[in-house]
Amino acid sequence: MSAVETPAPAPKKTNRLGFEIIQYRGGKTTLCAGCGHNAITERIIEACFEMDVQPWQVAKMSGIGCSSKTPAYFLGQSHGFNGVHGRAAATATGALLANKHLKCIVVSGDGDTASIGLGHFMHMLRRNPPLIYIIENNGVYGLTKGQFSATADVGSRLKSGTLNTLPPIDCCLIAIEMGATLVARSFSGDKKQLSVILKACLAHNGLAVVDVISPCTTFNDHDGSTKSYAYMKDHEEPIHELGWIPSYEDIHVEIEEGASQEVEMHDGSRLLIHKLEHDYDPTDKVRAIKYLHEASQRKEVLTGILYVDRGKQTLIEQLRLVGQPLATLPERLTRPPREALEKIMDEYR
Amino acid sequence: MSASPLALAGDAPVSTQRVVNDFSIQVATANGSGSQTANTVLMRSIFQMGVPVSGKNLFPSNIAGLPTWFTIRANHKGYIGRKKEYDFLVAMNPETAREDVEKLQPGGAAVYDEPLGLDKLRQDVVFYPVPFDKLAGPVCPEAKLRKLVRNMIYDGVVAHLLGIDFDEMRKALVKQFGPKKQKAAELNWGAVLAGKEYAEKNLPKRDRFFIEPMNKTQGKIIIDGNTAAALGCIFAGVTVLTWYPITPSSSLAEPLISYLERLRVDKESGEATFAVIQAEDELAAVGMAIGAGWAGARAMTCTSGPGISLMSEFIGLAYYAEIPVVIIDVQRVGPSTGLPTRTMQGDTLKNAVVSHGDTLHPILFPCSPEECFSMAQDAFDLAELYQTPVFVNTDLDLGMNNWMADPFTYPEKPEVRGKVLTAEDLNRLGGFARYRDVDGDAIPYRTLPGTNHPAAGYFTRGTGHTETAAYSEREDDFINNMDRLARKFEGLLNHLPPDETSVNPRARVGLLCCGTSRYAMEESQDQLAQEKGLETSRLRVRAFPFGPAVEDFIDRHDRVYVIDQNRDGQLLSLLKLRLSAERVAKLRSVRYYGGLPLDARTVTEAIVAQEGI
Repeated sequence: MSAVETPAPAPKKTNRLGFEIIQYRGGKTTLCAGCGHNAITERIIEACFEMDVQPWQVAKMSGIGCSSKTPAYFLGQSHGFNGVHGRAAATATGALLANKHLKCIVVSGDGDTASIGLGHFMHMLRRNPPLIYIIENNGVYGLTKGQFSATADVGSRLKSGTLNTLPPIDCCLIAIEMGATLVARSFSGDKKQLSVILKACLAHNGLAVVDVISPCTTFNDHDGSTKSYAYMKDHEEPIHELGWIPSYEDIHVEIEEGASQEVEMHDGSRLLIHKLEHDYDPTDKVRAIKYLHEASQRKEVLTGILYVDRGKQTLIEQLRLVGQPLATLPERLTRPPREALEKIMDEYR
Repeated sequence: MSASPLALAGDAPVSTQRVVNDFSIQVATANGSGSQTANTVLMRSIFQMGVPVSGKNLFPSNIAGLPTWFTIRANHKGYIGRKKEYDFLVAMNPETAREDVEKLQPGGAAVYDEPLGLDKLRQDVVFYPVPFDKLAGPVCPEAKLRKLVRNMIYDGVVAHLLGIDFDEMRKALVKQFGPKKQKAAELNWGAVLAGKEYAEKNLPKRDRFFIEPMNKTQGKIIIDGNTAAALGCIFAGVTVLTWYPITPSSSLAEPLISYLERLRVDKESGEATFAVIQAEDELAAVGMAIGAGWAGARAMTCTSGPGISLMSEFIGLAYYAEIPVVIIDVQRVGPSTGLPTRTMQGDTLKNAVVSHGDTLHPILFPCSPEECFSMAQDAFDLAELYQTPVFVNTDLDLGMNNWMADPFTYPEKPEVRGKVLTAEDLNRLGGFARYRDVDGDAIPYRTLPGTNHPAAGYFTRGTGHTETAAYSEREDDFINNMDRLARKFEGLLNHLPPDETSVNPRARVGLLCCGTSRYAMEESQDQLAQEKGLETSRLRVRAFPFGPAVEDFIDRHDRVYVIDQNRDGQLLSLLKLRLSAERVAKLRSVRYYGGLPLDARTVTEAIVAQEGI
């Protein structure tokens, strides 16, 4: 008699916190089918799962727009804050002041960041708060039915045929110039690259800005658009292939002189960069800016980790905050003693 | 005192009776000439002699060069509101000197810079010419400093003429410069003495004004409302300040920052128990404070009217998403840029309802440094208790002028941190619904991001939401939530500071005001009684929503005059929104909107005209 063994169900994959990926999921998306933003949401879920992010240490911050809805679709156990249009940089900065241990993920759009919130974006860059700022960039306002945004390229056309004649704002160029300490661009359709970039952002202690070209299938995926799937397939130019070695893995990698580069992240993880553009060095600010300008003239969309600076002080370090979150400091640390008031009163007598 | 009342040249029938501790000194200078120090020393000297005193700085929106006036009112009865008229002039500014002399009360006196040649302008005024430049030279060899030292000379002259105690003046001066600037203090003291000596030799006393010692200021302090509010924030345990510079609230943020650095930085580690960010604009300032309040900080911003206009959208979010934040509004004159360095109760109505849709916000109305101190603390407790933006409406007059005050009392009550669930609470409860009215007081429970519990998280949004913070566009969800918010607002009445009432049982007429109108209101009551025999009661509202005392007060009187420092009667309008038609019918309006601190005479004249008496 031969026993037929029923195969045991495959053990569910868990990360080092013992969580399954489902614990990193959120509500069901209400965005259009095929929207690039949904793919980015998936990558965020995977990256947080693989990087062992503690969901209840995360604050998801956003403004208003299609992109800003997405924090409802990932990390359902985390606190989320969908605030006002263009000003998630402000609320996120404030949240970090109250609790410097939060892992802050901001999701914004091109209308949010490059138009109504551009001032806040620029000043956040100067301050270098330790947070991840993702721009889901589709070149149009979706929720208000397809007007151009400030990242639309000269010569691109709306579905109605309207031509954009104004130059685009390149959020990555601004980010590098104004002080972000990790700047990347990717494409929502480039699963592998975006995953590594998001992991690098999670490992980075400082402001990480990721501009993700994310086609709007309803309003900006036609011929004449420069933010369509087809356009990106033809014009995306990855500057490097990226690999990732988590901090807990001890793997030795051969670095080929001139062709590859290894960058150690703040958490001990290692980012492996295999250069496709041989001259590109993401630690060289001036050359990174030059490269972006040149690529733009060639109508190429450079993707990859464009810039990394691991030396700059974060906002939290500049403020020299105490170890415990300001939010939960006990009264004995926040209210000076009676004698302090008496001394001050004497000074005004 | 040997000086005898003088006979003035000219025909005007002018009283020559001695006037003791009841007059105003006006010092007219140019902005940026350093007169502030001389004026403060003069004011403090009178204060130290035990005479109730107030100082009002009337300054332009300019760094240097435009005319500035400083008025010191000494009053033995303790009236410290502005008095329109001034009796003793120090004319240092050629640009305004003629007009300044013209406005001087008959029988007044003027110390003036000799080259201005003002003494022919009027017959009914005593003139004291002083050659300031000639006197400044020997005192101050360094030409660069002479402009500043020149002002201390008039302190010496005025002190001699009025009989101000020079020992007190020296104490005031040493205090003003502090222990680190003793050399500067000595230089300036030299100037005071030069003025004194000149006056002794050349200016026999011919006016009728005297300062004589009293004991009415013992134990008191002199402080500006902005510093008082800053100290209130410190002792409230503020942890996050995000702000954007604007007159007249920058001078609240600045002392707050220096006290934070002094009191809240660990001496050894250098670590701070606070965070301050000077934001890129008011939108970011309040946005950061709201983000911080959401994450559990005692968070605040301070601003003035134009800043509130910019913050409007964010304030609505904080109201609807129920996030604590303290907003101190040091009001100035609008609309638009208006008169940015003048005072107004310009945001009484706006702050109550600021933002779109149905929004209602509590407001505290301090009238004094003591209340700036205590109400700043109340504001933090109320914001966290009610999870909502709380306004403190002070104004430029209170914030930027020096006031006599009682020393502040140390807070005896612990900080109120509101309904915040911890991980242990969640273990016990199993979970929570962010916007559910569990306790019947319409105040829901919240958790802070970073709480170490899988059930802690929720999604905060400015869009329609259910009790569990889920997105909803349903009619019933929306109405239920808005109704709960309305109930929560009414609940505030249980915790707001009570109104201050003084009811005269014989009075048929009541006076009602908020904030700094108090001083003019109280003095006007005396004027009405003494000059017209009109007895009145008074009520000063200390918070919005208005307490039951307001209705009771209106019911006890036939007519109630609502005093506003704005054109449109904003406090009156706000009262009308909350009162029955019968009570509204009893309300009358007194309005002043010229940008100067309200004075009693203006109030009295308006009431006399409306009463037809």
